[in-house]
Amino acid sequence: MSKDFEQKESVVIRFAGDSGDGMQLTGTRFTETSAQFGNDLATLPDFPAEIRAPAGSLAGVSAFQLQFSSTDIHTPGDDPDVLIAMNPAALKVHLQDLPKGGYLIVNENAFTAKNLKFAGYEENPLENGSLESYSLYSIKMSEMVKHSCEGLDLSPKLVDRTKNFFALGVCFWMFDRSLEPTLKFLEKKFGKRPELVEANTKALNAGYNYGETAEIFTTRFKVDKANLPAGKYRNVTGNLATCIGLATAAEKSGIPLFYGGYPITPASDILHQLAVWRNFGIKTFQAEDEIAGITSAIGAAFAGSLAVTASSGPGIALKGEALGLAVIAELPLVIVNVQRGGPSTGLPTKTEQSDLFQAMYGRNGDAPLPVIAAQTPGDCFYAAYEAAMIAVKYMTPVILLTDGYLANGSEPWKIPDVDSLETFQPNYESSENSESFKAYERDEKTLGRPWAIPGTAGLEHRIGGLEKEDLTGNVSYDPVNHHTMTVMRAEKTARIVNEIPDTPVFGESSGDVLILSWGGTYGAAKSAAERLLADGQKVGHCHIRWINPLPKDLGEILIKFKEILIPEINYGQLIKIIRAEYLVDAKGLNLVRGRPYGAGEIVNAVKELVK
Amino acid sequence: MAETQQAAPAQTRQDYTSDQGVRWCPGCGDYAILAQAQKTFPTFGRKKEDFVFVSGIGCSSRFPYYMDTFGFHTIHGRATAIASGVKLANPDLSVWVVTGDGDGLSIGGNHTIHLLRRNMDINILLFNNRIYGLTKGQYSPTSELGKVTKSTPMGSLDRPFNPPALALGADATFVARTLDRETKHLQAMIERCYNHKGGTFLEIYQNCNIFNDGAFFQYTEKATKAQTVLWLENGQPMLFGAEKEKGIRMDGNIPEVIEIGDSWSVDDVLVHDESDFVLASALANFTSNDDFPEPIGVLYSVDAPSYDEMLLDQINTATEKMGRGNLESLLNAGDTWVVE
Repeated sequence: MSKDFEQKESVVIRFAGDSGDGMQLTGTRFTETSAQFGNDLATLPDFPAEIRAPAGSLAGVSAFQLQFSSTDIHTPGDDPDVLIAMNPAALKVHLQDLPKGGYLIVNENAFTAKNLKFAGYEENPLENGSLESYSLYSIKMSEMVKHSCEGLDLSPKLVDRTKNFFALGVCFWMFDRSLEPTLKFLEKKFGKRPELVEANTKALNAGYNYGETAEIFTTRFKVDKANLPAGKYRNVTGNLATCIGLATAAEKSGIPLFYGGYPITPASDILHQLAVWRNFGIKTFQAEDEIAGITSAIGAAFAGSLAVTASSGPGIALKGEALGLAVIAELPLVIVNVQRGGPSTGLPTKTEQSDLFQAMYGRNGDAPLPVIAAQTPGDCFYAAYEAAMIAVKYMTPVILLTDGYLANGSEPWKIPDVDSLETFQPNYESSENSESFKAYERDEKTLGRPWAIPGTAGLEHRIGGLEKEDLTGNVSYDPVNHHTMTVMRAEKTARIVNEIPDTPVFGESSGDVLILSWGGTYGAAKSAAERLLADGQKVGHCHIRWINPLPKDLGEILIKFKEILIPEINYGQLIKIIRAEYLVDAKGLNLVRGRPYGAGEIVNAVKELVK
Repeated sequence: MAETQQAAPAQTRQDYTSDQGVRWCPGCGDYAILAQAQKTFPTFGRKKEDFVFVSGIGCSSRFPYYMDTFGFHTIHGRATAIASGVKLANPDLSVWVVTGDGDGLSIGGNHTIHLLRRNMDINILLFNNRIYGLTKGQYSPTSELGKVTKSTPMGSLDRPFNPPALALGADATFVARTLDRETKHLQAMIERCYNHKGGTFLEIYQNCNIFNDGAFFQYTEKATKAQTVLWLENGQPMLFGAEKEKGIRMDGNIPEVIEIGDSWSVDDVLVHDESDFVLASALANFTSNDDFPEPIGVLYSVDAPSYDEMLLDQINTATEKMGRGNLESLLNAGDTWVVE
């Protein structure tokens, strides 16, 4: 039976199920397929901290949301148009976000008495009429895959696990997507176990055919290709983009990459990814703790490597003392903080922007260092490259802030032309200058000191955490020298401002409200500005990547607006820096829920301000 | 580490003496250790620029400032981790960590055991004076139980670490002990460390004449040392005493001290075997044990692949298998598509 196609500009779809249901994989497959189809898209994986919370429990619900679109989009969407709930717990957790009339697809077989009770349902919502205001498609997925996998030599448990591919098949049918990329993927992933390839293929086809033949669906949707800039694309998560950026920096500068780190959510993927690239000469070292992660990197920097460590808030806290050492020793180092919910262990798998103060001030003494924040998953590439370049050029540690949302979220990424990236070289001091060599003699422009690495004859010298004498780098307790060096370190960071291009303002360049965003809030702020401008509001959107130093032209931008709104996923951090720096009465939007803003929330906050 | 030895012009002690004034207390045991190091390093025939000294915080950690080599005086307890980064970044370097009982066994204990477990090709010189000197006299993790100090007016409640036993427990491939006042032995032990491929742990009993004076006098003073020190030599019977009249014997697996004479002969005395882990563990337990002499020398030495060389092996293997990584293919990896 042929079904009507309804044209949509964009669709938000959310897969939700038990941690063991494979929702992240399902979401990723839909993402990859849509990316290859040519949609613009943004994703939001959302999973629990527990590896396997009790099956069917509310705590164990894992979800993956994506928005795919025929136009340029910046966020994974606010509320879903389609919710796939693989069990009652997933329904319980996520139904509240589904607007009335939204599409709801559930695995009917999972709505057993036990699962219902576990999710806190007194009666079955599929049967009591409580879901009447949604377009409900209740499908016996477990039963379907049991039939489709009949005759395969697989345990019932393994057969049941294919139900996510059934759901995926239904969605592929609904949105007219090709099965090809997923079939290829299955071949690659399970090639060594043909029975799993077959079972999942059967489940996927069964889901697709179910959509085609079952009488229940009335509509299919078409979301056309987006008009993205011409070029070659791939889909990247923020963590992957960070790794590619670091590897590119090493390759372009010819400085060997060393990574020292300790596993921590959500930064571990950086270690995993870099460890794969041994044939690039990349050295990764899984240290015994966070402190050894950064200190081994500092040692590698001393010995001439492009040294990197990555962690999340709790790990960065442990690295604080060592960061101070890198500041006073003036060694290049990139410290990536993939921010997560805090304080303490906080919300390990959820996103937050609450480590800005930690990045800016989390050290003893006056210990300034540059801070850059990536704005989209793909931008993690450029931000990591820039962080590495500034670290080497200025001989300084640089903090790169990303967050859980950017790190695990993905977007189509135009593969950059690396020849167009600014190049940089290590300023290794050579033996020829050994007569005049002074460890703390500075480059006039950057104030960077020479990189005199062990193994270079005639440059034997000692550095350390005690205050350095200007020029010689010898230990000095002299009060005047200490002041000089304190000013020097501040000035060195301040001069990085010369590397920051003019700040673009989207929308109005003066008017009622300027939305000022940083980090992963970029997408929601940009989308909000688009909606407000379409609505005729006099708003602008300004996004900053460098937070220390702040761009030269920011003050000029701020004063042209009556109000400044700073949305950030913390209880007010950038806002305090902006207020202190520019003496402006900026207002904050501070919802700290472990998830990104929806654009609508920022729109509402702006409307409140101009009321 | 000797594998990268290269012909270098003859060096002298002066070549290893920096222009910085030494600032330890007069009479400190550290002076003797520095002097022996400055005498020994020129004999290795290694290019001076290949040596890196890394230290943490404490009196001993000032050491790198006085050696005219590459040096990094870092933060408390982390020298071993920083040295690991130096070594991994450039495995051709000869990397030395100078640390103390507080720096290396208390705040930095974790990094110390992990370096040894990995058999990172780094030499640890642990100056053990059984006291916190730089902070002016608190007990350390090697101070004896009941030690009265500023922070323990009624005596310390901590049972001390036994450093060689700790190192052996961490699966170190080289464990030795020497004394600040035994200059020749100290030189010989530094040389053994230099020549050992893999992580080395050399505990140096060092006198703090200000806060813990005489902690090791029983092992260093003429009147007592013959009776209190067991000089370990590989392949030699474990004899001690002024006339070598005493020895160590194994009664089953329990060591005991015997008198050579009517009941026992030298043939009954245990012969030292540096590659015997069980023996090394037994010897380590002689530490500050009134029933036994203090073992000084190489307790344990075996060969094992070092972390740094295995990392290089992986890089070489990956490069052979896949070819040297190419940036363009890295950027274009995975599923890609073209937008016209």
